[in-house]
Amino acid sequence: MTTAAPREPSEGVGTGTRRQLAGFSRTLRDNGFRVGLAETRDALSILSSPVAVRPSALKPALRALFCATRSDWERFDEIFDAYWKGRGMRRVRTLSGTPTESRISLRRLAEAGKQQESTGLPDHAERRGGSGGDHPAAGRHRREGASRAESLETADLRHIVDPVDVARVHALAARLARTMRARLVRREQVRKRGRRIDLRRTIHRSVSHGGTPVDLAWRRRKIKPLRLVVLLDASGSMSLYTAFFVRFLHGVVDAFQEAEAFVFHTRLAHVSASLRDRDVARAVDRLSLMAQGIGGGTRIGESLATFNRWHVRRTVNSRTAIMIVSDGYDTGEAAQLATEMRRLRRHCRRIIWLNPLIGWRDYSPQARGMQAALPYIDLFAPAHNLESLAALEPYLARI
Amino acid sequence: MGENFVNVTREHISDRLAEVGYVADRDLATALWLMEFLKRPLLLEGEAGVGKTEVAKALAAVHKAELIRLQCYEGLDQNAALYEWNYQRQLLAIKAREGAGENADAIEEHIFSEKYLLERPLLAAIRRPTPPVLLVDEVDRADEEFEAFLLELLSDFQVSIPELGTIKAISIPRVVLTSNGTRELSDALRRRCLYHYIDFPDVDREARIILTRLPGIDTTLALQVARMVGAIRKEDLRKVPGVAETLDWTATLAGLDVHELQHEPERVHETMICLLKTHEDRARLTREVTDRLLGKVA
Repeated sequence: MTTAAPREPSEGVGTGTRRQLAGFSRTLRDNGFRVGLAETRDALSILSSPVAVRPSALKPALRALFCATRSDWERFDEIFDAYWKGRGMRRVRTLSGTPTESRISLRRLAEAGKQQESTGLPDHAERRGGSGGDHPAAGRHRREGASRAESLETADLRHIVDPVDVARVHALAARLARTMRARLVRREQVRKRGRRIDLRRTIHRSVSHGGTPVDLAWRRRKIKPLRLVVLLDASGSMSLYTAFFVRFLHGVVDAFQEAEAFVFHTRLAHVSASLRDRDVARAVDRLSLMAQGIGGGTRIGESLATFNRWHVRRTVNSRTAIMIVSDGYDTGEAAQLATEMRRLRRHCRRIIWLNPLIGWRDYSPQARGMQAALPYIDLFAPAHNLESLAALEPYLARI
Repeated sequence: MGENFVNVTREHISDRLAEVGYVADRDLATALWLMEFLKRPLLLEGEAGVGKTEVAKALAAVHKAELIRLQCYEGLDQNAALYEWNYQRQLLAIKAREGAGENADAIEEHIFSEKYLLERPLLAAIRRPTPPVLLVDEVDRADEEFEAFLLELLSDFQVSIPELGTIKAISIPRVVLTSNGTRELSDALRRRCLYHYIDFPDVDREARIILTRLPGIDTTLALQVARMVGAIRKEDLRKVPGVAETLDWTATLAGLDVHELQHEPERVHETMICLLKTHEDRARLTREVTDRLLGKVA
């Protein structure tokens, strides 16, 4: 075994360097790296080691130390160069809405209904030529929907803006999440009764009976949480519902230990990280901004392809339920959607498709995309008001 | 032992890795040096087939240390990872000693002694007189409970066995963890480890890998193969071929007496089954695509 590494970092490192290193740690932290005291201390010992004399070796050394994920890994060089080569960049990550701004717009969200002419509010108005009747009016409609009068008129989710109702939605999402949480996996634990004998314990107990296993110990499966992945359609045709489902999404990610959330319109965005923000309002706000469509309609098939390609292996396993929230209006190829749905079906336990339009009178799933996807869906359910979501509960508990 | 990485530059490490058949890039050499210097485990991530497991094997060869491997899977528990009692022998011993009229306490003491303990990889790794290399392969497949337990072991290097007491590490193993990203690892584990992301090797390095692993190959072919594989990886494939596939393919081509890829496009296309492992990918890389790629590579 090698001798212990020189753990006394103070030698050979001047105060100037120390201060610079502290600054660098701070810069990394600002950019979302998880840098603790231990890392900084280890960085000091690297700086006092022979590696430090050669900058070309210093960068990879610090990279190996400070990075913890692939995204850290990919951004590190840029931050390193910016800091040590003095281009003076502080924040690399660009997220929509800085904290201060969003807090302001957030209060507006909470008070939604008083004045709506604000810049901070996400505007989901997005024009989609052709499909769907009331889309051109969508943006205007939503703003009006924020008015108190209309929210009293109907319980459809399109119009939930009242803080009390919003709170109800959150509570419901959390309750749904709880019922879904407990699931069976292969990991076993010792029980009085079970499927298999726990030999270790049985033998331990048999000693007092002279080796005769009188008192059996059993193992049985332990309950493990179900994993939930939600894919939310944030396209123009869904814009009336997006704001609500973003809140629902937050409730789900909050209550589940293992939940992942994605938002898609013409492309797919992974939003779990933004949703884990402790500040509920800020998270919802930030996500609403992300969910804003950029025009050009919905590409469900393509978004699913992206999901299948890049995210399935990490986020989906045999005890994962996938919940797609979309109206099924797909401007892409229906055939592609079918292919991707088939692929997705192979990986997960259940696919649940929530379609707000089912709640509308006389709706039948005629959209080509919806037709293509139907064969692969385990549960096709409405999601236009709180009651319809609550009706899902017994099903989800049985998954 | 004379192997002290701290006084060794990373070039030496690269060289030594090359001696044992692993062609490392310079950054990986730095990470391996750092692992030694800071005594931290190394977490390797990357696509399947980029040679994560090979790093641990090479590291063991470099240090002339034993490689102890723990393959993780869903449901892996301490019985399989740490220790287990030898039940059959315990049962026999109970019977035999009862026959001899020993009392229960004495029997219990006896059957829960070292003699009846079966070492599993993690226990084995901390009880070797010389530090081994411990490879925790695909740690993302194990569940969170196991990860937490592993974290504890990696920081204290001691385990407690209820019947036997606490066992302290005799030597601290060099730990390499690999992950394929089927599950997000916990922040705590990530922070405990040094991190290195292994990408597919570039053309130059892949050619060197081919030459190192298959000494009979001529340099031109190795370079052509590396370029071709590089081009194929850029295609939209379901399963991107890894380094092992490249080596298989090169060996196949050499076995078929191919010296210049462009001269025998037919053979090249036929042998592509070494690289493409799904029906879809096979269908996607038609003869025309192969020819187009060959044209670019030439």
